[in-house]
Parts: sequence; C-alpha cells; structure tokens
Amino acid sequence: MSSSAKIPGKPASKTTGLHIGEIRPGVSKVDPIVTIDGVSRRFGGLTAVDVEHLEIPRGAITALIGPNGAGKTTLFNLLTGFDKPDTGSWSFAGKSLAGIPAFKVAQMGQVRTFQLTKALSLLTVLENMKLGAKDQRGEKLLYSLFSFLWKVKEVEIEAKAMELLKRFKLDAKKDDFAASLSGGQRKLLEMARALMTDPVLVMLDEPMAGVNPALTQSLLEHVLGLKEQGMTVLFVEHDMHMVRHIADWVIVMAEGRVVAEGPAEEVMKNPAVIDAYLGSHQDTDLGTITGRITLPKGKK
Amino acid sequence: MTLSKSQTGSKYWIQIGLLTTALTLIFGGLFSTSALADEVGADLPYKVQGNVKNEGIALEGVRIVVAGGGYTAETVTDAEGKWLIGVPEKAGYSVSLDQSSLPEGIAVVEEGGAEQSVEIGPSGVVTKNFFIGAGERIVVSMLDQVIARIVYGLNFGLMLGLASVGLSLVFGTTGLSNFAHAEMVTFGALAAFFVTSVLDLPIWIAIPVAVVLSGAMGWGLDSGLWRPLRRRGLGLVQLMIVSIGLSLAARYVFQFFASGGTTQLPGFDSPKIKLFGATALSVIDIASMVLSLVVIIAFAWWLMKSQTGKATRAISDNPDLAAASGIDVDRVIRTVWIIAAALAGLSGVLWAYFRPGIKWDMGAQILLLIFAAVTLGGLGTAFGALLGSLVVGLLVEVSSLVIPSDLKYVGALVVLIVILLVRPQGILGRKERIG
Amino acid sequence: MDWLAILNNTAQSLLSPATMAFALAALGLAMHFGFAGLLNFGIAGYMAIGAYGYAISVLVFGFEWWQGILVSLVASVIFSLILGIPTLRLRGDYLAIVTIAAAEILRLLFLTTAFGDITGGADGLSGYHNSFRAANPFPEADYGFGPWTYNSVELWVLVLGLLALVACVFVLLLLMKSPWGRVIKAIREDEDAVRALGKNVFAYKMQALIIGGIFGSLGGVIYALPSSINPGVYVTSLTFFVWTALLLGGAATVFGPVLGAVLFWVLQSFLSNVLPELVTSGVLPFISSIQASTIRFILVGVGLMLLVIYRPQGILGDKKELTFVK
Repeated sequence: MSSSAKIPGKPASKTTGLHIGEIRPGVSKVDPIVTIDGVSRRFGGLTAVDVEHLEIPRGAITALIGPNGAGKTTLFNLLTGFDKPDTGSWSFAGKSLAGIPAFKVAQMGQVRTFQLTKALSLLTVLENMKLGAKDQRGEKLLYSLFSFLWKVKEVEIEAKAMELLKRFKLDAKKDDFAASLSGGQRKLLEMARALMTDPVLVMLDEPMAGVNPALTQSLLEHVLGLKEQGMTVLFVEHDMHMVRHIADWVIVMAEGRVVAEGPAEEVMKNPAVIDAYLGSHQDTDLGTITGRITLPKGKK
Repeated sequence: MTLSKSQTGSKYWIQIGLLTTALTLIFGGLFSTSALADEVGADLPYKVQGNVKNEGIALEGVRIVVAGGGYTAETVTDAEGKWLIGVPEKAGYSVSLDQSSLPEGIAVVEEGGAEQSVEIGPSGVVTKNFFIGAGERIVVSMLDQVIARIVYGLNFGLMLGLASVGLSLVFGTTGLSNFAHAEMVTFGALAAFFVTSVLDLPIWIAIPVAVVLSGAMGWGLDSGLWRPLRRRGLGLVQLMIVSIGLSLAARYVFQFFASGGTTQLPGFDSPKIKLFGATALSVIDIASMVLSLVVIIAFAWWLMKSQTGKATRAISDNPDLAAASGIDVDRVIRTVWIIAAALAGLSGVLWAYFRPGIKWDMGAQILLLIFAAVTLGGLGTAFGALLGSLVVGLLVEVSSLVIPSDLKYVGALVVLIVILLVRPQGILGRKERIG
Repeated sequence: MDWLAILNNTAQSLLSPATMAFALAALGLAMHFGFAGLLNFGIAGYMAIGAYGYAISVLVFGFEWWQGILVSLVASVIFSLILGIPTLRLRGDYLAIVTIAAAEILRLLFLTTAFGDITGGADGLSGYHNSFRAANPFPEADYGFGPWTYNSVELWVLVLGLLALVACVFVLLLLMKSPWGRVIKAIREDEDAVRALGKNVFAYKMQALIIGGIFGSLGGVIYALPSSINPGVYVTSLTFFVWTALLLGGAATVFGPVLGAVLFWVLQSFLSNVLPELVTSGVLPFISSIQASTIRFILVGVGLMLLVIYRPQGILGDKKELTFVK
C-alpha cells in the first residue's frame, strides 16, 4: 500500500503492509505490539486523552504527531505507567499493563525517553550508561556489599556501554559528568542509555527537540538502526521532515483523539490532519510550520 | 505458602516480637495511665508544690496540672496528699486541681475555684494548697468544657493564622519553606516588650510599633538576604537550609539580648471574665480575637481586591507567566515579605499573651504547628493556611480534653501526617501541586 | 587565661562519645540527603529511638546490652517504614515536613508524664549500665595520655563507638561504590529517569532511608552509653546541628560527615571554653559569661548560612558534584 518516501541521497527503506483492511483511525495491525482500548484521561474538566482503539505495529517505526496539547505526551505517560488512565485497558506484547508500575513496564522491555531530557547530570556518561543495564545483581542491597559477586557483570556491562557510546560518538566523553554535555549529546546519551536495557519497544518523546541540526542526521540514522536490530520504535515528534523520512506509520492525534493514521505520505495529504494542524493556515506547507521550535516548558 | 511449618512459625514469631517491641517502645504507657509519680520534673530549677487535705485527712490520687509559658506538667498526690511539680522558669503558672479526681461529696471551696495562678517567689519554690471542704462540686458538663475549648481553640487558631498566612504567601511566591518565620514571630513579641518596658509606653502603642518594626525587618531580610540569594540562583533546598541557619542565629541572638528567662507584657494577668458555661476569657483574649479577625479580613481584602494582592496570587499560580505579563515580581515579593513579617510580628505579640510570656524560643515552639497549618490547608494557598490554622488551633485545644495536656501538640502533628497520607495536596490545595 | 585547660578540653572532644554519635548521625544523613536526596529533618528522632530503645529494653525488659542495641536498630527500621511508606512517593519537601513532625511527636511521647514510668518523662533515663559495664573487656586502669586519658569504662564506650563508626563508614563506602550506590545517586538526580530504566525507585529510597536511619539510631545508642538520657537533647536543634556537621564536611561524601562532626565538636568545645574565659579576663567587655556561651550557637547559625551559600559541597566535596540539584 505505502510508497517509500525518499529524500534524495538519503534512502530510508520503509516497512510496509502493517495493517489489515481499509486504513482508518484504529485500524487493526498484522502484528500489533501495543493495543489500546477505550483509554481516557482527564485533568479536571479537560480531556487530555480519549482513545477508542489503537494498535502499534511491531518491528516498525511509528510516529505520533499532532498539535500542541493533542495528548501525545499524556498517552506516552499512560502507556509507560507514569500516569494512570481513568478508564480503559491497554496491553504490551499481549500482557495487560493496567496497574503495572512504570519500572515494571520498563523491565518488560518497553523503555522511554523524555521530552525534557533526563540525563543524570552528576553521574558520568559511563555511569549513566551502566545504570541502564538490566539484571544487575550488584544493584541488590545485600549483594552490593560484596564486589566479587558483581565485578564480572560490571565488566560485561562496561564493554557493552562502551560499544554503544562509540556508536553514538560519546566514547570520548565517558568520564565527564553528563551535566557537561550539550543538549543534543544528552538526547543521544538518553537514547543510548535506553538501549542498555535491551528494549523491545523504544519510545522516544520528541527526540529532535533542541538538537543541533548538525546532529539530526546521525540521530535519524540511530533511530533507523534500532529498527534494523529488530526493535519497535514509537516516537512523538513535531519535525515533519523527520516523520516523513523515517516513519513507517504515522498516528495523528488532536484534542486527545486519534484523528488519522496511515503511512506517512498518505497521512500528510489527509484533510483532517491538515485541518487539525493548521487551522487557518491551510496554505502553508506542513513541514515548515511544524518545524522543530519547541518552547521551553517551565517545570517546577 | 511453600515454607515449612516451623519456618513459617518462627518467622511469624519474630514479626510479632518486633512489632510488640516497637509498639511498646512508642506507645508503651498508653494503658497504664493511673500509675503517675507524685513528683514530676524534680530536677528542674523551680518548683510548685502543695498538699491536698480535707479536714486534716490526706487525699491521695488527686490530679494536679501546672501550666504556663508553653510548659505543662501534671501529677497526682501521694499517700500523704503531697505533690510537687518542677517548672523550668521563674514565672507565673496556673495550677489546677482536677475536681473529678476528688472523692464524692467534697470540692474546692476556695474563691477562684479549682484553677489558681501562682508566681514563683525568690526562693524558687511556691506552695499552693487548695482549700477543700464539704460542698457541692461545681460539675462542669462535658458540653460546656468542649465549648470552652472550642473558644480557646479559635483564639489560638486565629493567632496561628496570622503567622501561617505569611509563611504560606512566602512559600507560594518564592518556593521557600522559611524556618526563620518562627523568629519573626518572636521578634514581634520582643519588639512589643521593648516598647512597653524600656520605653515605658502603653501596649496599644507598642502593638503597632512592633508590627511596623516587624514589617521593616521583613523588608530588610528580603533586600539584604533573600533577594541577593535568589539572584545568585540558589536552589530551594539550599534556601531552606539558609533559613534554618538564620533561624538558629536569630534565636540565639534573641537569647543573647533577652536572656533565657520569661518576661511578660502588661496586662498578661488580667482577670478572666466568665462568659457562659465554662468559658472564661480575659479582656486581652477578647481583644486578641477581635484584632486577629479584623486583620485577617483586611488581609483577605488586600489579597482578593488590591492590585498587588492579585499580582501575588498570579505569581503563586505561575511565576513565569506572571513575569511575562508585566508583573514586577521582585516588587511583589518584597511586599509579600513585608506583610508576612508584619503579620508574624502581630501574631508574636498575641502569642506572648496566649502562652503567656515572652521567651527567646517562643516562636520555635509553634513553628511546627504553623507548618502543620500551612500544609493542612494546602501549601502556598493563603486561605488554606488560615483554615489549616483554625483546624490546628481547635485540634490542640479540644484534644487536650481527652489526651494528657503535655501531649496536646502531638494530636495536631499526627493529624498533619495522616492528612498528608490521604490528601497530600491539603484541604484547599490543587492536586497538580504535589507532582 | 588558662590556655592549657582550654586546649585540653578541646583536644578531648576530638575523640568523645558525643563526637562519634554526631559522626554516625551525620553519616546517616549523608546516606539520606547527600546520596539519595531524601530531605530528612528528623535525625534527632532516630537518635532518640536509638537512645531510648537501648535504655528501655535494658531497664524495662531486662535485656543484655547487645540485645538492647539490636532492639534500637530494629525500632529505627520500623520508624523508617512508618515514615517512608506514606511519604516516599510524595514530593521531597513533604518528607521534610513529615520527618520533622515525626521526630517531634517521638520527643513529646518520650517526654510526657503519661508514659513516665517507662520513659522517665522529663527526668529522662539513667542507670542502665550494668550489663554493658559487666561486659567490659578492659581491666580497671587508666589508659591513654594527656587529654586523652580514660578509665576502663570510658575506654570501653570509646572502643565500641569507634568500632561502630568504622563499620558504618566501611559499609557506606562499599555501598556507594557498588551498582546499588549508582542507582541511589541516580535517584537523587532524577527519579523518573531511573524509573524509566526499570528500577524500583520506591524500594531503593526505602532501603536508603532504613540504612541511614540505622546509622542515626546507632549514633543515639553511642550518645546514651556513657551516662544518661535527657529528653531535652533530642529537639529539632539537634537535627540542625547534625545537618551543620554534615554540610561542613561534605554531604555527598563518606568521610565528610565524620570530619564535619569532629570539626563541629572541636569548635564547639573550644568556643564554649574560650568565650567565658575571654569575658572573665576582660577581653570581651559588656557581656556576661552566659551571653558569651550563647555566642557559639549564633556562630553555628551564621556558619550554616555561609556554608550553604558559599561552599554547599562542604570541605571534602567536589565543586562539580553539588548535592543541591533541585
């Protein structure tokens, strides 16, 4: 069904044939990894998320787009256990996630990054990476006192971390505090750290926000690389160039609902999407108006 | 359970053991209430003592409570009818005899009833013997007692409210949990004392002077300390610890100048006028309540109607947005500091009458109650703090009917913790604030 | 002025039970605040639990001294659970309010006459030394030299205190060098990030609260071992003094709290000796010697402010590794 979108010189092979039947919001997928049913979340009188049915395809890169306040990040928080919906059920790889705390969701292989990067500033880059590794005996209180019980694992983790850091070109910085990295490098570090957990599904919340244009290309390649290694990627993004370039499937949200979904090229032409995004600016190109300018959000 | 029976058994017993040990440690005496000593605090520097007899026969087990200056202790008479209670300061205390602990048919027949005030003399010891004889005990009904306590609680709560709205405003606008707020309370009382005793002026001049001086101190603290620190970009935890340092330093500066003892404002011992039931208030008490009410209403009007009051609420809501919409945040915060300090100073004067007595750490004695009030109402909401203060005031006074009077602050603190469990955002707080 | 006596007294506080008790409590706070970012303002409560737990189990239950210490430690664990379960999920400043309130509740419960026959009320507790002194391995004699001269009982207290301190320092060192310590420090930085990596943040915070609490409680035991328990000690000012010692040495270090406690007591005892002397010898005119001894507490407050403003990382801390992230 889908045609592969090609930016000259930068071919990205798209995964196609993800859905079953006619494309419409809530369409069934051939092999869904996440299934959402009737999930809603209200803040006071405001409905932030109200999704009837949604499936995220396995082994593909799915983009979640929509104007500010569409409920993308809230949906992210709900899926990862950082927030609880008022109603509905949702499952990951066939297991229901209702009532599962965030850290257990992560242990199941669904790992996320944050819109405002959460690099652990006063840990070194290498420590940040090591923290990501799963099944560390040394992280248990009683074992931690006896280094011979975890030294071997520590060496393994370090090797793995260095390999990833090399791939993300952060290896030279391994002993620096994460606080000393630039915004883009922190995004990279956060993604690399997430990969230390050997995730099945990687969820990236605005991976491009605040990233120096010089770094965007390598970031895109890293995301594509995840798919090649067999991971599923779901990302929230405002940058339409990125969406067009790497997303196999696009889900559009507005006012808490899924208003459209489908392969990137087709979704971009969907009048409902243009309407949701642009309102009165219908004659502007979708790619430019939704560029990567994000306002700093005052947290705390 | 896959554990073998013996394993489960021993595990169970260990748990039981731990639990009982802990409970015994913490609440050990709860069920042994009658076994009180006849001498309490015998190693304290000053003593109040007495002998309870009816027609020459010693009465054992009569309950005596001594209170004053924020200190409370109680005891029961021994087989010879004697009792002794140590007190920390050379000051005035009220001694009360619990008539329900007297045998049937007799009562205190002294003028003034079962509650008398005493002053520690030069010897450091004062003796108070109650005259007891056959007579109808004036039985105070539970309802009357509750009503009386509610009135005292409102008085206390209004006084606390003056202090806590200021703390809450400062927290709302700057995010600072100001531990030195207690010292602003003490400062007000000390300023009033300076005016009345050193300058020898009447109290109705001393109160406004103390409030103005307190406000000036608030202005000085903001421009000399807090604003420069905000400019330096200190974190909130850092600022909080700075306020702890300031609190310690100021408290001991007060002790340095005012010494460790207790002094009184004029009129502290004005007689109690019986109003209704068991409720008796002095002129000072009534004036204190009226003054608190008037000031709080004026404050509420300021917060709701005035330009600066609106700006204050806007900053509490969202500082970035407020700054972006042209509010001079620094100016508003300066005003908030002045008002907070002035209100705290006024509450200090009233607290000096309520305790009664002025002491270098008098503010610190109620700091936790102020914090409790602010948290109860919802951090950073001024009206919540007021409501929280009334709740705390009532709790402290009414609960002392059922729990020992030296534990009356415990009730309020326990409720604080319980409220945080079930409704962490406080009574009037919004849920998002707890993040 | 008798400089020799002043220096002698000051030197004694280098190695005294009070110093070691402070060092232990400050180590506990380092675990809580410096490493895990938990704002515990109730360390005085933990110390009270240590002291009273020990004395009550010896006096009321007739336990041996070492059983008494165990009871104290277990009681501190229970206290941590009671404090932690409701508050560790809430924002940090709520923990501060709850811990300071809980410590005050404990103090009032220990102080009230209602439980006087167990806690001694305002008189405190004493006379719980038999079992401890009977176990003294040192024969009766004078030990040490100069200002550090001790009889066998004092030596026994010191040795036990020192052992406890060394053990706690060692445990904290091992913990903070391990992957467990890495998680704890990461939680201090941003607990959501750690949660997103699959770590049970609540369990880690609880473990940190319990371990720091055990250190603080042990400090309370050591404080009570030499003579008696006075309920007037365990006030919020004690908490703030321990905080001062912690921040002086360096909150996010292992040796900082120990150094801070030693410096705190050395300075305190120097000032408390030297200031009244200065008054009597006429160097400080116009003030009384009572006022002179108040000055040192004013200095603690001023020192705490200056420390937090100008050197928040403390003496041993790394400038880059500031603990005040929020």
